[in-house]
Amino acid sequence: MFDNLSDRLESVFKRLKGYGRLSEDNIQEGLREVRLALLEADVNFRVVKDFVARVRERAVGREVMESLTPAQQVVKIVHDELVALLGGRNRQLDLSGRQPAVLLLVGLQGSGKTTTAAKLARWLLSKGRAPYLVPADVYRPAAVEQLRVLGERIGVPVHPTDTSRPPVETAREAVARAGLQGLDTVIVDTAGRLHVDEALMGELRDLKARLEPQEILLVADAMTGQDAVNIAGKFDADLSLTGVILTKVEGDARGGAALSIQAVTGTPIKFVGVGEKLDQLEPFHPERIADRILGMGDVLTLIEKA
Amino acid sequence: ARTRQGFVHQVDELLLGRKEIDPGLLDELEEILVTADMGVATVGKVLEELRIQVKRRELADAGALRERLQDRIRALLPPPGPGPAWAPAPFVVLVVGVNGVGKTTTIAKIARRLQAEGKKVLLVAADTFRAAAAEQLETWGRRLDVPVVRHAAGADPAAVVYDGLEAAIHRGADVVLVDTAGRLHTKTNLMEELKKLRRVIRKKVPEGPHEVFLVLDATTGQNAVSQARLFREAVDVTGIVLTKLDGTAKGGIVVAVSDEMGIPIRYIGIGEGMDDLRPFDPDAFVSALFEREGAA
Ligand SMILES: Nc1nc2c(ncn2[C@@H]2O[C@H](COP(=O)(O)OP(=O)(O)OP(=O)(O)O)[C@@H](O)[C@H]2O)c(=O)[nH]1
Ligand SMILES: Nc1nc2c(ncn2[C@@H]2O[C@H](COP(=O)(O)OP(=O)(O)OP(=O)(O)O)[C@@H](O)[C@H]2O)c(=O)[nH]1
Ligand SMILES: [Mg+2]
Ligand SMILES: [Mg+2]
Repeated sequence: MFDNLSDRLESVFKRLKGYGRLSEDNIQEGLREVRLALLEADVNFRVVKDFVARVRERAVGREVMESLTPAQQVVKIVHDELVALLGGRNRQLDLSGRQPAVLLLVGLQGSGKTTTAAKLARWLLSKGRAPYLVPADVYRPAAVEQLRVLGERIGVPVHPTDTSRPPVETAREAVARAGLQGLDTVIVDTAGRLHVDEALMGELRDLKARLEPQEILLVADAMTGQDAVNIAGKFDADLSLTGVILTKVEGDARGGAALSIQAVTGTPIKFVGVGEKLDQLEPFHPERIADRILGMGDVLTLIEKA
Repeated sequence: ARTRQGFVHQVDELLLGRKEIDPGLLDELEEILVTADMGVATVGKVLEELRIQVKRRELADAGALRERLQDRIRALLPPPGPGPAWAPAPFVVLVVGVNGVGKTTTIAKIARRLQAEGKKVLLVAADTFRAAAAEQLETWGRRLDVPVVRHAAGADPAAVVYDGLEAAIHRGADVVLVDTAGRLHTKTNLMEELKKLRRVIRKKVPEGPHEVFLVLDATTGQNAVSQARLFREAVDVTGIVLTKLDGTAKGGIVVAVSDEMGIPIRYIGIGEGMDDLRPFDPDAFVSALFEREGAA
């Protein structure tokens, strides 16, 4: 992820560097290209607009224009703003409070919820917690079976969900059962749904009200386009998300969804999925990502040599 | 928010009270089209000509703009042509795409359509990788009363395809729909596996696969262009199915994909049920791009 964006930005900065001292025109032109690069990376149109406006305001100031290394200053500003856009620092899961702790995974169809539920279980197991996987998707064919197979693979118990009963009741029972069995972390895998499906969004609001989960995590596909902000915005408005998990980031997606969701909902990205296997989940570090987007290794050395 | 409003509404709002087209108006149109995932490059191309015409005062009437825009976009979509022949039997269709886009569900939907036309369909569960993928297809097979050929989890997909075609020939099936595991187009070993499946098909049915459908998710952004490019390179995609158009995403990405590749779009998916598939209609799609309220 982000490689293409990184390449595009690098060429913009290379050009800026070539100018030596920067005129306001040079900066405007550079920012036009930054804007294009971000749009091509699927960053939401509005987010791009605000981002470019913020960078412009800082870049045409005296600190840059009078600097001996103006291009470097511009890169630094873009870097700072990117880190801010990505949420600043890594945020961990917060499972404190009533036990067993409950995590609710939500999202559109096919985003990777079921796989991520098992990945999280494995991750939490390695952190010394005792997870319980709960299939609450009673709609998709073989959804329960899918989670059962994954749970077996990592040695985590899976609730024997009866698909003829309402998910909310199943989940409540599962939490009670986890408590009795001394399991401290309940991970609820919900059915994929569209954010505009009011009936199914209502089911999630219900689940939230009845389970009082510590974490409500939106599982989102890294390849999502401009609609990411509408989707995340609606899930957040209905459920007050505590985090986002971005999946399928190991491909060549340009990462615009990541930048947009964070910017619009202010919900931190907590993990990224980097493959289909159950150990392919990584904590998300905004700074490292911003460094990678800007190809810091390359761009910074390039500019430092200037 | 603007992005949630329908295109017509937005365009009308823009045009309201403006008899002349100014550059600001075109910028706002750019925003609307980019927000539908058409991609800055494609949008730039579409608007470029209009900008020139505006400058030359050949297009001074704001009212004509919308129509012109619609025509320009429509022209980028390849003509649908006659569509799949579904013959001779066994007519083999390979369905490919990245993870979670809707391949398995689309196969069930296509089977449903063919069944309604009186065709004998057989499904092949060549996704032996994802947990319960074969069970998912089997469930659809039961609902539709269509046979499904599967092996145990972890089996060689090529062997499943071979057996599936054997069964199809033996039972006299008209159409064989092969479900494959989701894979990112950037994973070369997995793309090689697809090529191998195609070779296996040719061993049994020399002119097969007759169609290779690439399934694209309408919520996908610019990455879909890369998906289409690499899947086509690997297995000669003959048609696109655009799923999940029942959300608020406008699926404008297929315009960008068409602009670059010209692969015909065959079907659209508009829900999770087996009847939620429609043949792609370019005119209807473009007007929907312009007309549909965000919350479909
Ligand atoms: N490449 C890749 N594939 C992933 C990742 N996470 C999940 N997947 C794949 O994405 C597809 C969909 O994953 P699921 O876990 O079934 O998604 P879901 O959100 O539960 O789907 P529904 O329940 O149908 O809404 C599967 O093929 C997964 O193997 C990831 O990080 N990388
Ligand atoms: N809303 C909506 N959901 C769809 C549509 N098509 C498929 N889905 C849903 O998307 C999810 C993924 O569908 P699948 O058919 O399992 O996707 P796949 O491409 O086979 O997934 P993998 O095999 O894991 O790569 C399921 O929850 C489907 O019900 C559609 O047109 N609209
Ligand atoms: Mg699921
Ligand atoms: Mg599938």
